[in-house]
Amino acid sequence: MSYIEIRNLTVQFMKINEDGSEVPGRKALEDISLDIEKGSFVAVVGMNGSGKSTLAKCLNGLILPTKGDVIVDGMNTRDEDHLWDIRSRVGMVFQNPDNQIVSSIVEDDVAFGPENLGIEPAEIRRRVNQALKQVGMYDQRLKGAHMLSGGQKQRIAIAGAVAMRPECIIFDEPTAMLDPKGRENVMNIISELNADGITAILITHFMSEAVETDRIIVMNAGRVLCDRTPAQLFSDTEMIERAGLELPPFIELREKAGLPSDVTNLEKMAAYMNNR
Amino acid sequence: MSITVKNLRYIYNKEMPGETVALDDVSFEISDGSILGVIGHTGSGKSTLLQHLNGLLKPESGDVFIDDVCITDGKTELVEIRRRVGLVFQYPEYQLFEETVAKDVAFGPRNLGLDDEEIKRRVKHALEIVGLDYEDVKDNSPFEHSGGNKRKIAIAGVLAMEPKVLILDEPTAGLDPKAHREILAMVRRIHDSTGCIIIFVSHNMADIASMADKVIVLNAGRIVLEGTPAQVFSHGEELAAMGLDVPPAREMTDKLSRLIPGFTSEALSITQAADDIRNFISSDK
Repeated sequence: MSYIEIRNLTVQFMKINEDGSEVPGRKALEDISLDIEKGSFVAVVGMNGSGKSTLAKCLNGLILPTKGDVIVDGMNTRDEDHLWDIRSRVGMVFQNPDNQIVSSIVEDDVAFGPENLGIEPAEIRRRVNQALKQVGMYDQRLKGAHMLSGGQKQRIAIAGAVAMRPECIIFDEPTAMLDPKGRENVMNIISELNADGITAILITHFMSEAVETDRIIVMNAGRVLCDRTPAQLFSDTEMIERAGLELPPFIELREKAGLPSDVTNLEKMAAYMNNR
Repeated sequence: MSITVKNLRYIYNKEMPGETVALDDVSFEISDGSILGVIGHTGSGKSTLLQHLNGLLKPESGDVFIDDVCITDGKTELVEIRRRVGLVFQYPEYQLFEETVAKDVAFGPRNLGLDDEEIKRRVKHALEIVGLDYEDVKDNSPFEHSGGNKRKIAIAGVLAMEPKVLILDEPTAGLDPKAHREILAMVRRIHDSTGCIIIFVSHNMADIASMADKVIVLNAGRIVLEGTPAQVFSHGEELAAMGLDVPPAREMTDKLSRLIPGFTSEALSITQAADDIRNFISSDK
């Protein structure tokens, strides 16, 4: 059994007419079936409006299926009795750092989640400290959240998710609004959390980030267009074109320079160039 | 057309706890029809600078001239400033609000008190420049469009004011690669068809390298580097120390030149880097 099982998932939003009546609207997701393994690092890519964020919100019951099922660690998101169990296992970090800070002081913000789980104060303190250390923000714990940069706020949002001790974290374009340093920091933290065993699902438009994962799911118009390893996906230029994606910079350079595909990193590229 | 910024200084929370010098002695000039790239990490003063260029903030000292009109002397009407300087904020699609695309784009010109015919002409023209077909989209709800198209509609709303200066704050943030390419092509089209000065703020160094004629780098409220993209991006280590970086092409060729004796490249684009690599391989060493 996989950690997350998605079976024939369809989500259709309702449209409200001018007279107030509701009619079925666009299908945001259509007949999606996927398995996500525990401890894996999965990227979800695709054009704006392809259903990436809707899919993410289905994974912890923020959106319920119109048809089909989402089963997290054996629990169906439709089962209200398990909703809190699911949400404590699957955390989320969103795109805009300013929309997810709830307290004025950094450490209070990180404590917000665990407090709501009804955890003992001493344990909350332990978790908050540990989470802040994991994202490199322990020294800033008493600062006002409004004094932080976008990248730092995003690290606080991640710490808030980590303090819930989730088994899986979904990152919905966490670096879209960050400067280069902020982006690098956040990506490093995600990789470290995954290395510590947390299942990481990363929604992104940056192919340079997607290429760091184990598996890339490409969404298009509410469906899964393909599901491959980065190496498989980025060697299929036709698919890249069709999905409205682009090659990561290194692969684009290798292709344009006409170098063989076994040149998989800059060290190998340098060796290849030296031997010619 | 030109913009001249002279010794601009701005202080947040003056004489209060948390007093911060947000801009310190910032001076630069932009001449007719050029594209200025502005880079700097979060909190470096970029947004504060932009807000001075259309009169949203008033400087502690220093001046901003649009052509020979000083917009910081307190005499120029704000309406006049904003008619000249169009500011497109980050994620401008969040500011769409009207029932139809045509109404949304018409909002600015209508507030200028123009007649209906002129408004229609401007709306049509603005939508064409951003790459949307007026007849196709005019009666749609702006909210039915994709993320990239919503952003184009929002930008058309600013273009319909026919500004002399167009400021774009992170115009490609959060877009998928295809929409990203379309927005860059749109910026070039705006530049070619209107001739206005464009100020392009971005964290994407590849975009800055490909779009800008001139780049300024802000750090702690000061301009610390200034020049062509080639000049600015030859300061890789200084940029890294400021939390910035160089375009991916340059990052890769810099690393390659450290690994390969005799290989040098000043590429700012992947195409240029690939050419340099091919030339190196085919040359006699």
